[in-house]
Amino acid sequence: MSAIAPGHHVAQPSREPPPSLIAGPLAWMRTNLFNSWLSTAVTLALGYLVLRMGTSFIQWAFIHAVWTVPMGANGTLDPAACRAAQGVGACWAVIWDKYRFILFGRYPYDQQWRAAIVVVLFIGLFVVSGMRRFWRKELVLIWIGTLTVIGVLMWGGVLGLTYVGQDIWGGLPITLILSTFGLAVAFPLAVLVALGRRSTTMPAVRMLCVLYIELIRGVPLISLLFMASVMFPLFMPEGLNPDKLLRAQVAIILFAGAYLAEVVRAGLQGLPKGQYEAADAIGLGYWRKMGLVILPQALRLVIPPLVNTFIGFFKDTSLVLIIGIFDLLTSGKVAVAEPIWQAYSTEVYIVLALIYFAFCFSMSRYSRGLEREFGKSVRR
Amino acid sequence: MSASSSDPRFAGGRKPPSKGITLSWADPKLRAIVWQVVIVGLVAGAIWYLVSNTAANLAQRRIATGFAFLGRTAAIPIGEHLIPYDPSVNTYGRAVVIGILNTLKVAVVGIILTTILGTAIGIAQLSRNWLLAKLSAAYVEFLRDIPVLLQLLFWYTLVQTLPVVRQAWNPLPGVFISNRGLRVPELVWHAAHTWALVAFLIGAALTFALNRRATRAQEATGVRPRVWPAALALLVGLPLLVWAAMGAPFTLDMPARRGFNFQGGGLLSPEYVALLVGLVLYTSTYAAENVRTGILSVPTGQWEAAAALGLRRGTVLRQVVLPQALRVIIPPMTSTYLGITKNSSLAVAIGFQDVVSIVNTILNQTGQAIEGIALIMAVYLSISLGISLFMNWYNARIALVER
Repeated sequence: MSAIAPGHHVAQPSREPPPSLIAGPLAWMRTNLFNSWLSTAVTLALGYLVLRMGTSFIQWAFIHAVWTVPMGANGTLDPAACRAAQGVGACWAVIWDKYRFILFGRYPYDQQWRAAIVVVLFIGLFVVSGMRRFWRKELVLIWIGTLTVIGVLMWGGVLGLTYVGQDIWGGLPITLILSTFGLAVAFPLAVLVALGRRSTTMPAVRMLCVLYIELIRGVPLISLLFMASVMFPLFMPEGLNPDKLLRAQVAIILFAGAYLAEVVRAGLQGLPKGQYEAADAIGLGYWRKMGLVILPQALRLVIPPLVNTFIGFFKDTSLVLIIGIFDLLTSGKVAVAEPIWQAYSTEVYIVLALIYFAFCFSMSRYSRGLEREFGKSVRR
Repeated sequence: MSASSSDPRFAGGRKPPSKGITLSWADPKLRAIVWQVVIVGLVAGAIWYLVSNTAANLAQRRIATGFAFLGRTAAIPIGEHLIPYDPSVNTYGRAVVIGILNTLKVAVVGIILTTILGTAIGIAQLSRNWLLAKLSAAYVEFLRDIPVLLQLLFWYTLVQTLPVVRQAWNPLPGVFISNRGLRVPELVWHAAHTWALVAFLIGAALTFALNRRATRAQEATGVRPRVWPAALALLVGLPLLVWAAMGAPFTLDMPARRGFNFQGGGLLSPEYVALLVGLVLYTSTYAAENVRTGILSVPTGQWEAAAALGLRRGTVLRQVVLPQALRVIIPPMTSTYLGITKNSSLAVAIGFQDVVSIVNTILNQTGQAIEGIALIMAVYLSISLGISLFMNWYNARIALVER
């Protein structure tokens, strides 16, 4: 019974061991970690460093850390336990004691729920603005509405809320207000300036825009903030002295406007000339050409760099510390100025860094995602 | 204009349309002129309003304008100065110059360190070693998402928690690390050193010329003449010879503990160290991203072609990929360099006396706010312009020469 045709071998089970060096975790390690003697040396050195630093950080931050300290005899916290752990363990008790001050600054303690709602509203506003299904004209209304509610909550004075002057606002809401209001105003300004810089028919306006952009981009933000805090009062007529926060906000708007204008200009330049000519050909006037044809496409081109610029401004608002405005960084710094917590500023700075990082990292992830999504249609 | 009379279209005796000025709102040229007049008028009006307010305010507060205050005795103590300075004798003007030099000291050293660290990390991000690539990516992602001011404050706090002078770390003989900064041995400068330096510069110029000649010879004959023995002799031998001929002076000024401080040696102040570390670590993430995108912009075909020639991966990177990537890297690198220069103004937050910090003290003492801020802006505008010009020149030099 030979049903099998001659020459056809039945596969013999192989005696060789499974190819662990071609696939599987061992092979992966061989190609990615121990590829050559140099690569092996780098892996070993880095691995040792990571383990060494990782374990000592975990020991400092978690194992030997002091989480709370008991109340002392005189009604204040007694940081003796922290002092004992100094150098070996972190003192997170400072955060436990001060977190409301760090987050909300000198905002009245019993009213801080309002500031907390404001923070939530801001985050909600960012999330909604990031979702593409909301990218339509109604978004402007959402922004205006939310910012109004935020103003009402922060100031109060209506609807039974007690009035809170802006000189005692502080912490995270200030950081969010400076960056968000700054961008909301700076963005339209930037679009106008970018259009002005690209203008071919109005050389005088173009010159003004170039002067503004290059002047602002050539100097550090600090010099503008100094200008706002020392020079601005001299600019104003006698008796009219806008509040410090507003002056810093103006400086940030002027600064952001120049940088955003360059991003927008890149988008305008990136658009093929045919789009401009086509819009001219169907007889659209300047503003309709820009508003209906050019800007929607140009802005879409530069959304990823725009988000990166936003991240930059979010970080840059921390510079208001230097002119003494109570943003998140300032309130953190003031919190550790208290005598009993003076030695534990590292812990507070780490927490502040994590807060900033959370905001910036999510924005940068979002920008990467958009880049990938927009890249798809281009690559096809 | 004159051609219109011979235009066949107008031969039928119809008058050509008038070229004179017709005041019609439909004329885009007229509209452009009107709009420009309006906008420039508004801006000029706003400026005039601010200036007249300022003049009135200054007159009321009896503040004299002008830069005459720069000639007055400063009386500001300055810890770090590259040129001699005595607060009881020298003027505000000299204090400002010291501030500018301090800013440049941070910016120049910072730019060099940032370039080295940024390039290394940018390349490491593309390494085939998984651990190295992931760690450098994490470094970039983490440090660039934290405000640089916060990082500076953090490093400054860390530097301050270093041991006091009595328990200063002494890792190498003559090197002391304490909360008063970093003390290092300093070479006692002698005329022979200056001449050795001059000899080195001459040697470098000659090596450069030699190298170019070798390249030309290689292009003509295909064989590159050996350069390195002559280069070694010029770069190392010549300065050593000059130094030896002048008696080979070599004395080190060793720092020594004296009471609560150190005596002698060179000092890197804690403020300077914190500022430099913070700025370099933060800015190098941006530099690394520039390098990474630059390398990625080189087509894969270049890697493969070079590999097909049998070049090693390191050689491919150095000889084939990086020179091409450089063209993409330079423009964003320029803004990174401008960024570190401008961010060096954050020195004021941790007490390093750069130009912003010194001018800020001056304007608090004299009340000359407008002049002070104008001075700061002028300094930064000039530095920015200088960096831009240099980088544009370099960019033009390495640009791809096409037909």
